[in-house]
Amino acid sequence: MADYKMHVLVCGGTGCLSSGSGELAENIIKGLKENGMEEEVQVLKTGCFGFCEKGPIVKILPDNTFYVQVKPEDAKELVAEHLIKGRKVERLLYQDPTTKKTITDSKHMDFYKTQVRIALRNCGFVDPEKIEEYIARDGYQALGTCLSELSQDEVIKIIKDSGLRGRGGGGFPTGLKWQFAKANEADQKYVVCNADEGDPGAFMDRSILEGDPNSIIEAMAICGYAIGATKGLVYIRAEYPLAISRLRTAMGQAKEFGLLGTDILGTGFDFDIEIKYGAGAFVCGEETALIRSMEGERGEPTTKPPFPAESGYWNKPTNVNNVETFANIPVIINKGSEWFRSIGTEKSPGTKVFALAGAINNVGLIEVPMGTTLREVIYDIGGGIRNGKKFKAVQTGGPSGGCLTEAHLDTKIDFDNLIAAGSMMGSGGMIVMDEDNCMVAVSKFYLEFTVEESCGKCTPCRIGTKRLYEILDKITKGKGTMEDLDKLRSLGDVIKDTALCGLGQTAPNPILSTLNNFYDEYLAHVVDKRCPAGECEDLIKYEINDNCIGCTACARVCPVAAITGTVKKQHVIDQDACIKCGACYDVCKFKAIDKK
Amino acid sequence: MAKVKSLADLKKLKENLQSKVDIREKGEGVEGAIYVKIAMATCGIASGAKETMNVFIEESKKAGLNNLVITQTGCMGACHSEPTVEVTLPGKEPLIFGDVHKERVIEIIEKYIKNGELIEGIIPINYKTV
Repeated sequence: MADYKMHVLVCGGTGCLSSGSGELAENIIKGLKENGMEEEVQVLKTGCFGFCEKGPIVKILPDNTFYVQVKPEDAKELVAEHLIKGRKVERLLYQDPTTKKTITDSKHMDFYKTQVRIALRNCGFVDPEKIEEYIARDGYQALGTCLSELSQDEVIKIIKDSGLRGRGGGGFPTGLKWQFAKANEADQKYVVCNADEGDPGAFMDRSILEGDPNSIIEAMAICGYAIGATKGLVYIRAEYPLAISRLRTAMGQAKEFGLLGTDILGTGFDFDIEIKYGAGAFVCGEETALIRSMEGERGEPTTKPPFPAESGYWNKPTNVNNVETFANIPVIINKGSEWFRSIGTEKSPGTKVFALAGAINNVGLIEVPMGTTLREVIYDIGGGIRNGKKFKAVQTGGPSGGCLTEAHLDTKIDFDNLIAAGSMMGSGGMIVMDEDNCMVAVSKFYLEFTVEESCGKCTPCRIGTKRLYEILDKITKGKGTMEDLDKLRSLGDVIKDTALCGLGQTAPNPILSTLNNFYDEYLAHVVDKRCPAGECEDLIKYEINDNCIGCTACARVCPVAAITGTVKKQHVIDQDACIKCGACYDVCKFKAIDKK
Repeated sequence: MAKVKSLADLKKLKENLQSKVDIREKGEGVEGAIYVKIAMATCGIASGAKETMNVFIEESKKAGLNNLVITQTGCMGACHSEPTVEVTLPGKEPLIFGDVHKERVIEIIEKYIKNGELIEGIIPINYKTV
C-alpha cells in the first residue's frame, strides 16, 4: 500500500466539536470511501487550532490549505473538488477581515504569522488519540534522555537554567520548585498536575490536554524522576470530559508502550498517574486547596508555610505545576535551556498561551513569545476591535487581574511588566473591551464571581468581597456616594493584605485597577448618575427628541405601554413606567430616541 | 505492542513512525523544500496523473529525497500534454513538464531535481499568476 498522499486535519477540540466537526470528519471519510480514496487520503481529528472564532477548522496538508467554518454538509464538495481534483474550495477559505482578501494558507494569516508555538506545538497537528504520532514528533525522547543520560540534579539544573516560570499565573520559577521538592526526603513524594482551570474565558489547559495529552504525561514523569516521586496525580475539573477521556486514552497507550508504569524504558524507573476529579470550585486551583480537595476534604486553602514541597498530599512532599508549565518541559529538555532562554524576555523566558476573548475580531487561543506587546496581540493577531469600535481596555489575569488601558498597549507582556502596570499574567485569559463596556459593571462581574467562589474560610475574603460587591451594585444603580469610592479603595487594600490565599488577596484587583485607570467613569456613576458606556440599565434614560415624526412604531413595540402620543405628533416616554428594555431605541428609524 | 525497552529503541521507533507525520511537517514548511504539483483535473486523471503521483512518491523515496512536497492541483491549462507536473526548486521559477509518465518521472528526479539540468518537454509558461 502506498502512503497517504494527503492528510485532512479536522479540529477535534471542544469548540469545533460542538459546531459539528465530528460529523464533518465522518462525512469526509464517507465521501472518500465512496470514491475509493480511503487509502490515499488520511482524515485525522486533531486538537485545537486556536482559531476558534471561525470553527470548525479543516486544514489540508501538504498543500497547507486552511478552511474555516466548514459545515458537515460541505464535506461532499471538499472531497469532490479539493481532494479529488486539487481545486481549492474558494468559499470556505479564510478571508482577512480588514483587506477582504482570501488567504489559502495559514502561514499567511496574521493570526498565525507571529505566533511561536511551544506549549501548543502539537495542538492541531497530531491525532491526540494516537501515541505513535506523538512519538514521531520526538515524543518521550526527553523522558528517555532524562532517565538514561541525566542525573536528577542535572534535570533540575536544566529547568532552573531555562528560567521557566509557573504558567498558572504565579510565575514562580519551576526549577526552584522542583529543587525544594527533591531536597525534602520522604518515603513517598507526589507530582501533581493542576488542570483546575477556572479563570472565566481561559481554556489553554483544556486545549493542551485535549490536543496533546502525551506531553503532560511525559513531563510529569520527568518531574517525578527529578524530584524522586513515583506517583503522579492530575487534578482536573469534571466538566472537561473530552480532556479526561483523551488523557485516559493516552495513559493507556503510554503504558502499553512501556512509557508509563513500571520499569519505564527498561531503566527501572516506575511512575504512574492517577486522575482526580474536581467539582469546578475556583479556589481549588490554589495548590493547598487543591491538595485538600484531592484528599477528600473541603477545598479550602491552608497557610503557607508549610509549602506543598515540604508537606503536601497526605503530608508528603508534593510538587504542583500547571498544565501549560508541564507542556514546556519536554521541549526544554530536548532543545536545552539556552534555546529556551533565547525566546521571550530575560526575566520571563519562553512563550505564553493566551485565550483571546471579548470585543475582538479573532477570538481564540494563541501562543506568543514573552515580551510581545499588548498592541501586537490585540491588533495584529487578534485582528483589532470588532465592528470597528474603539478599544477601551483589556482585562488580563481573570478575576485576580486588572484592566489595562490604551496607555498600556505598548507594554511588553511578561510576569513583571503586567504587575507593574497594575494587572497580572494570571493563567492567560485576555478579555478585550470596547467603548460599550462599562468598567464599573466589569468590576461588578468579577466581584460577583469571587463572592460566589470564595470558600468562606477567612473573614476578609468571605465578608470583604461581599461588601465590595454590594458597594459596586449600589454604584451601578446610581445610588453610590463619594464616600463609597473611598471605601472601595480602603476595603480593597485591607482584603489584599489580610486574606488567606491568592483568591482573596487578588480579588480586589479588578476594582483597584479600574479605580486607578477609569476613575472618571466611577465619578460619572456617582456624581452625574450616568453610565457613559450605556451598560448600567438603571442609569440609562431614553428620551424622544424633535426628529420624531409620530410614526407610532415605538409606542407599538413598548412592552409596558410607557410611550404615549398621537399619530404624526412627537411622542413622549413616561420615565416612571419605562423599564429601559431599549426596544423603542432599536425600532426607531428616525434617530428620534436618545439613549443617555 | 511490545514495550519499548530503551532510549535507543525509542529513537528507532521514532524513525519508523516518522512517515506518519512527514507529509504534515513538510506541508508546514521545511528548509529547501522542492514543490511538485501534479495537475489533477479530469483530463489529467484520464491521462494517468494518479499513477504519475504514485510514481513520484515512490521514486523520490527511492532516491532518498525527503524535502519533496508533492501535492495535487487543478487544471494547469496544458491539456494537450497531460499529465503535467510543475516543479519549483528553492529560489527558482516554477517549471512545467508535460507528458509525465513513469520514465519521465525518473528523468525529472534524476536530472532536474537532483542536478538542476533542463530536459526536453518543458512547457513554457506564458501567463503570470496574481
